[in-house]
Amino acid sequence: MQRGVLVRLVIFSVLTLAAAFYLVPTFIGEVPSWWAGFLPTERIHLGLDLQGGSHLVLEVKVDKAVENSLERIKEDMRKLLREKAVPPSELERNQGNQIRLKVPAANGDRVRDLLKSEFPNLVLVSSRTDAGGREFLLALHERELRSLREDTVDQSLETIRNRIDQFGVSEPVIQRRGQQDILVQLPGVQDPERAKEIIGKTAILEFKLLDETHSLEEAVKSGPPPGAEILYGYAQKGEGGLGAERVPYLLDARTLMTGEYITDARVRPGSNLDGPYVELMLNSNGARLFERITAENVKRRLAIVLDNRVYSAPVIQERIGGGRASITGTFEMKEARDLAIVLRAGALRAPVEIVEERTVGPSLGRDSIRQGIISFIVGGSLVVLFMIAYYKGAGLVANAALIFNVLFLLAVLAGFKAVLTLPGIAGIVLTIGMAVDANVLINERIREELRGGKSPRSALEAGYERALPAILDSNITTFLSGLILFQFGTGPIKGFAVTLCVGIFTTVLTAVYLTRVYYDYRMAARRLTRISI
Amino acid sequence: MEFIKPGTRIPFTKYRHIAMILSTLVNVAVLALLFTKGPNLGVDFAGGTMVHLKFQQKVSIPEIRQALEKSALGDTVIQDFGEDGSNEFMIRLEKTSVQIGALGEDIRRGLSDQFGEGRFEVRRVESVGPKVGKDLRERGTWSVIAAMIVMGVYIWVRFGFSFGARFGLHFGLGAVIALIHDVLITVGALLVAQYEFDLTIVAALLTIVGFSVNDTVVICDRIRENMRKSRRERLESIINTSINETLSRTILTTGTALMVLTALFFLGGGVIRPFAFALLVGFSSGVYSTIFIASPVILLWERGKK
Repeated sequence: MQRGVLVRLVIFSVLTLAAAFYLVPTFIGEVPSWWAGFLPTERIHLGLDLQGGSHLVLEVKVDKAVENSLERIKEDMRKLLREKAVPPSELERNQGNQIRLKVPAANGDRVRDLLKSEFPNLVLVSSRTDAGGREFLLALHERELRSLREDTVDQSLETIRNRIDQFGVSEPVIQRRGQQDILVQLPGVQDPERAKEIIGKTAILEFKLLDETHSLEEAVKSGPPPGAEILYGYAQKGEGGLGAERVPYLLDARTLMTGEYITDARVRPGSNLDGPYVELMLNSNGARLFERITAENVKRRLAIVLDNRVYSAPVIQERIGGGRASITGTFEMKEARDLAIVLRAGALRAPVEIVEERTVGPSLGRDSIRQGIISFIVGGSLVVLFMIAYYKGAGLVANAALIFNVLFLLAVLAGFKAVLTLPGIAGIVLTIGMAVDANVLINERIREELRGGKSPRSALEAGYERALPAILDSNITTFLSGLILFQFGTGPIKGFAVTLCVGIFTTVLTAVYLTRVYYDYRMAARRLTRISI
Repeated sequence: MEFIKPGTRIPFTKYRHIAMILSTLVNVAVLALLFTKGPNLGVDFAGGTMVHLKFQQKVSIPEIRQALEKSALGDTVIQDFGEDGSNEFMIRLEKTSVQIGALGEDIRRGLSDQFGEGRFEVRRVESVGPKVGKDLRERGTWSVIAAMIVMGVYIWVRFGFSFGARFGLHFGLGAVIALIHDVLITVGALLVAQYEFDLTIVAALLTIVGFSVNDTVVICDRIRENMRKSRRERLESIINTSINETLSRTILTTGTALMVLTALFFLGGGVIRPFAFALLVGFSSGVYSTIFIASPVILLWERGKK
């Protein structure tokens, strides 16, 4: 008996010491350097709802990437068939993401062979011949489709990571979630709106020629002529949002060049009159292409289009070599800087949509922490006072267990890098209220046994033994519902599930085993002649 | 100190018929309310946007509405939030930030024009797309149902082993019926008090399920023990004795939990208040349902068999 008590005393002392060590960084803030070498340095991580910040879930529109890819294949196909002197009579992408190709019946077999050898990514869905010729329906190979979707999400994730890194957020979380979602968490971000703008921009940069042969007014009124399109720009300086005047541009629909050649983008201050502009550095291929485009179209206007918005359409004065281009427009400094970030980080292969946003300002987080601590203190004090009033000495023992309980609970949170959220704090407060259940069960049982005429010693033993099944059962059921909650919950709610489940372990450990060590110690020392209960 | 004197014998099982009729009526009323009026869904489940604002000066809801009118945000609901005089408001929009573009900018501009730059603070923005909302709604409902089934199965297996499969099953069923009762009562109270249903409410309901079953476990445990001790006694009397013997514990445990929840309700702030409210109601209901529902259900089933 004596040795058993000693062993358990040692175990609990070690646990307490360890718990205290894990909590030191949380309570003293910066740990000294000698500490960092071999002792825990992790503080309890605060969730976004406590420290402020943004939680975003982005859905990558992968279908758009599939469409784009098919569109590209279609254009390649048109080019190839023309080169091979078997031009298509009809070629289009239909709604079901298939390519429909029609050729004169005489060319049918040759085209089929060409498709097979030149487009291994496509599968022939059907082919039939009627009076108009031979018609092929082609779709992307299932495997190809899957890898395209995967790549699109992965590429989007990398791009968004780049953008966030350049935007400057400390300890961001950027993760894939499920099939096509990306989870982004930006702790402590000061301007969530701006962060969202930067993350969500598709940033597809295109250079297109202005169509100056047709009338713009005509096109606005009755739709653009074939091969042309109308896109808009904004006239007023700095006003991208509502109320700014929209200016239509009639553009040649062909894209001469895209942003894929950009190696760098910088903000240049510009003159007072024009405001800042963004200078683009192109790689050697891009530089050659840009030189050719400008050489072929001197005196025409070249529109610079970002995400279907025309930024500017300057006249090409002369051939531009050297791989530098610039986007002037109606920028504020901040806008120009954000534009440079997204151009540097590259375009998203598919648009993203924010499907969930939770942003908490820093002041609300601070208030929540304060209110959480106050409720903890008030709620805890009520329980502690009540336990003393009701159980006297045994109440004190239960209260001591309660203090160790909270100590262990916080230490586990710190040690396992769990995130403490506002519902998580509520979970700790609730744990206090529920933890004493174990002591109540034990104490009620001891009282019963004492009333039955047992000696303090055997009443104690019977009390612990008989109460244990019920204590375990009730904690297991709470734990099970905590697990379900963990499965279901996101962010803050997960934090609650974590504190609830961890709290159950620490409760059983302290309320049952730790208090037992105390009584056993007293029994071993033969000082237990009466139980204050 | 003792609340319940030893030897107390309140004939709880006597009241079981009245209790059952009463509970059935209340539960049917909650269901009727749920299906006619429907729950007041928060952005988590309904989709849309919630913006939580704090002003430095005293403002009124009509003033805020006026400020936002220009932004053409669609249907807006503006509510007072938090304590009196804290000048905090919640603006609820059907649209999500994706659909209106730079939502925050629009709202901010409208409010700055009306109340002056920097006179207010955006404390919280929550925006959930309709698809996510639907997904969360379904998963939330299922997780509560799953939790109740898991509890029932746990009790069935747990008491089935030591008590015979039939008893286990009846204990399990009694517990599940009591849990359904507690969840419905909580939902009803939330409906009446007009709290919004969101993720924290699901968390509360799951906690209620996990906590409320504790009482049932403890009483069933005692019934099991007493059945062993006095095999000749009638089941009704055994159940009654068991309820009385554990009554003190039931009251104390729920009491301490209610103490901390009351602290959370009054001091924990507006974000946590609906959560604390749900738990207060659910835990209290748990005591009632264990005594007046779970135990009689066991009795009912055992009678039916004999």
